Amino acid sequence: MTSTLTATQTCLSLEDVSIRYWNTEAVRGVHLAVPRHKVTAFIGPSGCGKSTVLRSLNRMNDLIEGCTLSGRVVFDGQDLYAKTVDPVEVRRRIGMVFQKPNPFPKTIYDNIAFGARINGYTGDMDELVERSLRKAALWDETKDKLSESGYALSGGQQQRLCIARTIAIDPEVILMDEPCSALDPISTLKIEEMIHELKNSYTIVIVTHNMQQAVRVSDMTGFFNVNTFSDRDAKVGCLEEFADTQTIFNSPQQKATQDYVSGRFG
Amino acid sequence: MVPMAAGARPELFTQRRRPLWELLIDRGFQKLVVLLASVVGLVLVGILFTVLGGSTEAIGRFGLGFLTTSNWDPIAEQYGAFTAIYGTVVSSLLALLIAVPLGVGTAIFLTENIIPLPIRQVLGVMVELLAAIPSVVLGLWAIFVMEPFLRPFLELLHTSLGWMPFFSTVPMGPGMAPAILILVVTVLPIITAISRDSLQQVPTELRQAAYGIGTTRWEAILQVILPAAVSGITGGVMLALGRAMGETMAVTMIIGNSNNFTLSLLAPGNTIASMLANQFGEADGFQVSALMYAALVLMLLTLVVNVLAQWIVRRLSLKYA
Amino acid sequence: MAFSSDAVVHHPASLCFRPSLPRNRWNALLTVVVAVFSSIAVLPLVLVLGYVLFKGGSLISAELLTELPPPPGLDGGGIGNAILGTTIVTLVASLIAIPVGVGGGVYLAEYSRSGWFAQFVRFGTNVLSGVPSIICGVFIYGLIVSTRFFFGQSYSAMAGGVALSVLMLPTVIKTTDEALKLVPRELRLGAMGLGASQFVTITRITLPTAFTPIATGVVLGIARAAGETAPLIFTALFSPFWPEGLFNPIATMSVLIFNFAIMPYEAQNALAWAASFVLVLMILLANLFARWVARFTRV
Repeated sequence: MTSTLTATQTCLSLEDVSIRYWNTEAVRGVHLAVPRHKVTAFIGPSGCGKSTVLRSLNRMNDLIEGCTLSGRVVFDGQDLYAKTVDPVEVRRRIGMVFQKPNPFPKTIYDNIAFGARINGYTGDMDELVERSLRKAALWDETKDKLSESGYALSGGQQQRLCIARTIAIDPEVILMDEPCSALDPISTLKIEEMIHELKNSYTIVIVTHNMQQAVRVSDMTGFFNVNTFSDRDAKVGCLEEFADTQTIFNSPQQKATQDYVSGRFG
Repeated sequence: MVPMAAGARPELFTQRRRPLWELLIDRGFQKLVVLLASVVGLVLVGILFTVLGGSTEAIGRFGLGFLTTSNWDPIAEQYGAFTAIYGTVVSSLLALLIAVPLGVGTAIFLTENIIPLPIRQVLGVMVELLAAIPSVVLGLWAIFVMEPFLRPFLELLHTSLGWMPFFSTVPMGPGMAPAILILVVTVLPIITAISRDSLQQVPTELRQAAYGIGTTRWEAILQVILPAAVSGITGGVMLALGRAMGETMAVTMIIGNSNNFTLSLLAPGNTIASMLANQFGEADGFQVSALMYAALVLMLLTLVVNVLAQWIVRRLSLKYA
Repeated sequence: MAFSSDAVVHHPASLCFRPSLPRNRWNALLTVVVAVFSSIAVLPLVLVLGYVLFKGGSLISAELLTELPPPPGLDGGGIGNAILGTTIVTLVASLIAIPVGVGGGVYLAEYSRSGWFAQFVRFGTNVLSGVPSIICGVFIYGLIVSTRFFFGQSYSAMAGGVALSVLMLPTVIKTTDEALKLVPRELRLGAMGLGASQFVTITRITLPTAFTPIATGVVLGIARAAGETAPLIFTALFSPFWPEGLFNPIATMSVLIFNFAIMPYEAQNALAWAASFVLVLMILLANLFARWVARFTRV
């Protein structure tokens, strides 16, 4: 499947990645190449490890006690899990948007300025705030209340604020962990439109429960499934199939993928 | 070589690579916080070593006999802490005997929807404020208000039940009995607060299940709700026991501070804490060591009780987890 | 059937409430019992507060708050030095216990994982909060007073402050730990996801979010420490004079109450009541303030 992608187009690649929590294997043997400036979606039934894999891409799993990774995650020619790599720097270049909107208990303005300041932003902060909010399609709704708390916004607006805050640090990759699962359909639509815009500037990896959403927003889709291996009783997540979104949904190679996308399980 | 995002000006983000000072602050802060956390351990070890070190002389001279003899004579340098140990144990146990029914009963009254919520809240706040009153103020009140008020009743107790060794002396003012009552006041808020928390944590479903099969309020409380809350309440009672044994000021001011052993609750007595409070300031030489030995005994007593309290809470709470 | 025979209303299948049933009698009786218990439980508060407010409050005057206590046997005077002393000693204790305690709490809530050290710190905090306050006094006596740790001085305001700080420490640690645990994990992840270091996440996001509950708990801890006597009687000792710096014995309200309550002089007894009034008022105000603030914080 990687034959269509040359190395320069690959942004992040996973090489034989397995992730375990203490002694429980969560994900095994993932090979994957995330193309640059494309939207890559991870789909699959619950417990298949798609969110775990997503969090491993900017080392958010480091914050979970007992979580270890084997294999290589290569970004910009470097193994993210090499001893010398600083996870904080990784997260400055690979930003993340979470399932539940999580604005800081600060003003809307400071929510955006916070990350930029951390990243040592030296430009015009007002201009950056405006540009980020515009990109997140939130400027018109918030331009008159920048000094109000981020909590004053609706759920959908909060999630767009969180995206704006990630855009403001200008990462190379944006990871989105089911960003619409807590939102109503209209907010979901707005965010999906935004993802279309953002893909010109960023590489996006999105985990979604919603197959229609994967079809609507993504270029590439990875289908994760839960398998039982002969050497273990427990169920382990693994990447079943990874290809163009069209291929996954119209002519998948694997039977499990076919069953899943046609709604036969999951 | 890396194509940057459109419209972005990465050169403006000067700290994309973490500068060294930022790294050092981050690491330094972590080390600092670990250091501050270890102060707790240092203090505990410090307390143990200070008290143990200070008492070695007395331990060497009296050994375990210190615990079973009761003469306290600074001139002859003969020391035995039995009266104080007995006083500590007896006063706190008797205080609990009174405070547990009062405290648990109050907690039930405050949680089980017997009276309207606003009144319950006011009562709850009042019990909590009682815990905030300094024990030295309780002692002052005990000296000038409670004890004079109590004396006729204690005299009555003596005249009617004087044949029992516990009431065999004429009440003359300060003594064990008023000290026990003031101890009740100091531990009541703890028992009430912890029992109340435990009762509130009993799941609503459990209450509904009980009422749903037609129990009266008290059948539900006694047979379903209290058993479910028993771990927290027991833990609270143990904590209160620890507090009662260590309680110093109020007891010191009203117990009479006598080292003569007597079974009578109407006579002056002593606890380890009150003995320390009374004598430490003026003691020197060997007496300090004897007092340190007594402090060591008090520390071990409260330590055992507190560790037991934590263990009980953890052990019993598994049943209803 | 066994129940009451005024069968005018009651036939066997009646759903009417019958107070005469044993279970209903028990119900009523037990309810009365706990009601009485609750009244007994709040009685001491009412009585103590009443006496302190009336007996102490009636003595309050400008001279009382600003003058030195009189020599034994003489009338008049005040508790000015004790008020100042309590402020100084409590301030010293806070300056030590708050940074150390908040740091310890931050460690427990933000850094600790399930290793032995974290368990040890947690256990140690619980043990320390159960150590009798008089033992804190004995500890500081042995560590600072008897060794003449501070410039050859034995009893000192500093020693008293350190003793109180030992007492405050577990309270501050627990308060901080619990308040930080109320901060949603998503906020931390959000900051980390933007590339914030743990230091920045804690100092800019988590600690500010948890500020009010921490501050409330700390205020209550300070109020409690201000009323503590046992750790002070042989560390800070007492002084009939104005405070002479941090390294000399110092008067505090709590020790003044203790010393003057057991003196056979009425003037001194009266000053003990007055000091109780000031102390209780301070503590009650701090408590009410903390409750009032807490109403505005639902994280």
